[in-house]
Amino acid sequence: MTVHAESLDLPKGTTREKLGRGWYKFSRNTMSIVGLCFVLLVTFLAVFAPLVAPYPEHAGKFVDFANASIPPGRTYPLGTDVMGRDILSRIFFGFRFSLMMGVVVLSLVVPPGVTLGLIAGYYQGTWIDTAIMRITDIFLAVPPLILALAICSVLTPNLFNAMLAVSLMWWPWYTRLVYGLASTLRNEFFVSSAEVIGASKFHIIFKEILPNCISPIFTKMSLDMAWVILLGSSLSFVGLGVQPPRPGLGTMVAGGTDYLPELWWISVFPALAIVVVVLGFNLLGDGIRDMFAAEEV
Amino acid sequence: MSSPPSRQDSGHLSRPPQNGALLKIRDLHVHFKVYGGRLRVLDGVHFTMHPGEKVGLVGETGCGKTTTMKSILRILPEPPARIAGGEIYFKGRDVLKMKQKELRKVRSEGISMIFQDPTAALNPVFTVGQQLEAVVKYSIEGKNLSRKEIRERTLQPLREVALPDPERMLDTYPLQLSGGMRQRVCIAMALAASRELLIADEPGTSLDVTIQDQILRLLHRLVEETDVSVLLITHTLGVVREMTDRVYVMYAGRMVEVADTQELFDNPLHPYTHGLMEAVPRLTGGGVADGIAGRIPDYMHPPQGCRFQPRCPRAMEVCHQEKPTFYRIDDNHQVACFLYRDSET
Amino acid sequence: MNQADILTVRDLKKHFVIGHKDVLRREPITVKAVDGISFTVKEGETFGLVGESGSGKSTTAYTVVAMYRPTAGSISFRGENLFEGKNERTRALKKEIQIVFQDPGSSLNPRRNVKQILELPLRIHRREENRTEQIARLMDMVELPLEHMHKYPQALGGGEKQAVAIARALATDPSFIILDEPTSALDVSVQAKIINILIGLQDEFNLSYLFITHDLSLMRNVASRVAIMYLGKICEVAETAEFFRNPYHPYTEMLLSSIPVVSEEEEQVKPKRIRSTGEIPSPVNVPPGCSFHLRCPVRQPGCAEEDPVMTEIEEGHWVRCHLQC
Repeated sequence: MTVHAESLDLPKGTTREKLGRGWYKFSRNTMSIVGLCFVLLVTFLAVFAPLVAPYPEHAGKFVDFANASIPPGRTYPLGTDVMGRDILSRIFFGFRFSLMMGVVVLSLVVPPGVTLGLIAGYYQGTWIDTAIMRITDIFLAVPPLILALAICSVLTPNLFNAMLAVSLMWWPWYTRLVYGLASTLRNEFFVSSAEVIGASKFHIIFKEILPNCISPIFTKMSLDMAWVILLGSSLSFVGLGVQPPRPGLGTMVAGGTDYLPELWWISVFPALAIVVVVLGFNLLGDGIRDMFAAEEV
Repeated sequence: MSSPPSRQDSGHLSRPPQNGALLKIRDLHVHFKVYGGRLRVLDGVHFTMHPGEKVGLVGETGCGKTTTMKSILRILPEPPARIAGGEIYFKGRDVLKMKQKELRKVRSEGISMIFQDPTAALNPVFTVGQQLEAVVKYSIEGKNLSRKEIRERTLQPLREVALPDPERMLDTYPLQLSGGMRQRVCIAMALAASRELLIADEPGTSLDVTIQDQILRLLHRLVEETDVSVLLITHTLGVVREMTDRVYVMYAGRMVEVADTQELFDNPLHPYTHGLMEAVPRLTGGGVADGIAGRIPDYMHPPQGCRFQPRCPRAMEVCHQEKPTFYRIDDNHQVACFLYRDSET
Repeated sequence: MNQADILTVRDLKKHFVIGHKDVLRREPITVKAVDGISFTVKEGETFGLVGESGSGKSTTAYTVVAMYRPTAGSISFRGENLFEGKNERTRALKKEIQIVFQDPGSSLNPRRNVKQILELPLRIHRREENRTEQIARLMDMVELPLEHMHKYPQALGGGEKQAVAIARALATDPSFIILDEPTSALDVSVQAKIINILIGLQDEFNLSYLFITHDLSLMRNVASRVAIMYLGKICEVAETAEFFRNPYHPYTEMLLSSIPVVSEEEEQVKPKRIRSTGEIPSPVNVPPGCSFHLRCPVRQPGCAEEDPVMTEIEEGHWVRCHLQC
């Protein structure tokens, strides 16, 4: 005779219950909710920029010297820059570049980085491990910002090349992270069990080991969004990323430095926008980490 | 002055309540707040222990013995845990109402603990000597001791646990030692801290059986030679039989039976205790008996009456409705089961 | 008893090189985990292997299922040598020999639910369809309620997890299962249930078991023959009743006298002569001569020099000891 264990009508231990439990753990910390709100807000603004921005046409080639350098007020909530463009609208469009940078870089970086880490970890101790990890070490040895600057200077400065440069120096971190996890996991009994049963190497690496690496990978991805966006903004700031007149956030900050401190709003608001995005992803990353944390009791 | 033991009384011998008890737990309730609700883990735990006694606490995984142990020392994570009721008296003072300073005194001088896994209990980056010193220094007297006195107080326990070459042991790192030696070091640390009450949580489970035997014999000798009281927590019945004078049996957050050790093994009354005894394979052969059907109750929605009732082969109508209290069968045997409601002496 | 031999282990050795003594001479530091053992398991029986840390019992188990390759010696299954030449064991052989690991917590992937765990061996070895039905049948065999099918291991109790591990081993329809401390991590009331399930399955499917445990009381009740290992070698082998009634090897006596028992009758049966002393040496530093002599309370001068040979002192009862008292 068995006594069933159930809570809230959700059968314990199923996928639905796991999601509910995950949200519970995520929501314990208020700051994670704040982060989530920031990220959702930024995403919304970025996606619906043409509809939501008060002056969508200001995002491109637009000049209106009559309304240039106006401080924040009613018509232009965050003011206008020296070309007469509304800063608020441009920031909305600027979010697009930031998010795109993060999404594209991570899409390029995560699959190969993780795969290499898995393979190196599973074949730990063999030549495969050595080969992969030494190449990784070489990439990691180069100072990241220098590498990005070098690549960008050689190629035409634009957003696409900036993304490429950042991707080239970012993938090793995932390899190293996953290598550490996979090399420990491959000694677990459930891996031996799969081997004894006769599972293929592909199954073991991607169906047994990988699912146990998901949590640290997702956490890192969220925190990385913040880093990549910041790095992209830095590259734009020094002229190697998003080129004017396009409204990259870093580009906008750079464009306003000549006019500090009188026309402060031209640099400050885009800078604050960067802060919001970066902070949002950082807080979200903490929440995701909590969500995947093992439970007590 | 002393009132006769009432029916509510739990498991101490023919002595008046609380008078002279080293440790007394009364009606302890502990809840955990988790996703989906509250886990009512401890549901009215009663426990008494006197100086010089060796008491065993037997229970299986999930019965709440670790939670009880952690409550005594107030090392439960609160939240998510919450002490929802009851008192824990150590030498007459309620631990649950103590302020930090007094609690520290209790932890450093009154009660010490030996954990299940000696490897996890020792810090790998400090030597044995450094860890023992820390224990001595944190005791209340620690501030007033000279270097020489501190050193002597770290060497003495090492000698008592029969570790070879105590002087050299001080400079050894835990990972250089075998499992049995690490457990001895943990016992030494516990002795360095306190000589009043030693709580040993599964002291031999992670060790090989021949080493476990040595450790248990060491504990036995220590108790005989000094006047330290021992609370031995375990799920292994054989260990309890060899090491203790009196045993509590715990199930699903409550004590279900308490008796002098010999009496409990000769005459297990509670159906759970009986089931446990039957389930132990015997060295004399005879096959493997059936276990106990079912699983432990869901602490979020526990049964209304007796918590063992869903699995009990002798459950009665009243067991669904009410919770049994302790019924005194003998001077040294009490059981919380309606089957014995009318057998009280 | 004319049962066929299903598994024959002959002079099995498994050594691991864990480093080198110094940079120049490159003398390897070897762990002799298993250092020359031989035994036979008959079809349908439960052969017990007892030992403490460093005895090599788990290494033996892992070598039989090909997690390791032997350094020397042979293992034959129904007469067929398991490590003949090629690297990978054939699928047919993998199906026949399965293992249940000690710690159900780590032998089940926490990211896969019961259905997925049981589906894997079915997918690899049994081509038939209606997997869900087969999974249900497997769960039934180990007395697991079907509602656990979509649960993840964390939601299951220790006994239920181990039941899943057993069901997984059964899924390939094996003839030989190695049980490495299958109940050591479980409470005694749950252990009884699991052991009964295992015995029932053995009867129903004529399974042969290599049962590894340090719990001699349990061994007494499940095994038909018992071998005891110490530092990579077998010290004593006998039929169960004989093994417990008449232990010859001092280590066997030491182990028996260390067991905590629950009744007076058992106390009477335990040998009192030899109580445990000393530490278990590491398999890196195996003492010379008889590997047990440093802890042996009845050692003689000759024991430190020569390694004793396995001798049959009574029918079916073998001991490796100079004294054979």
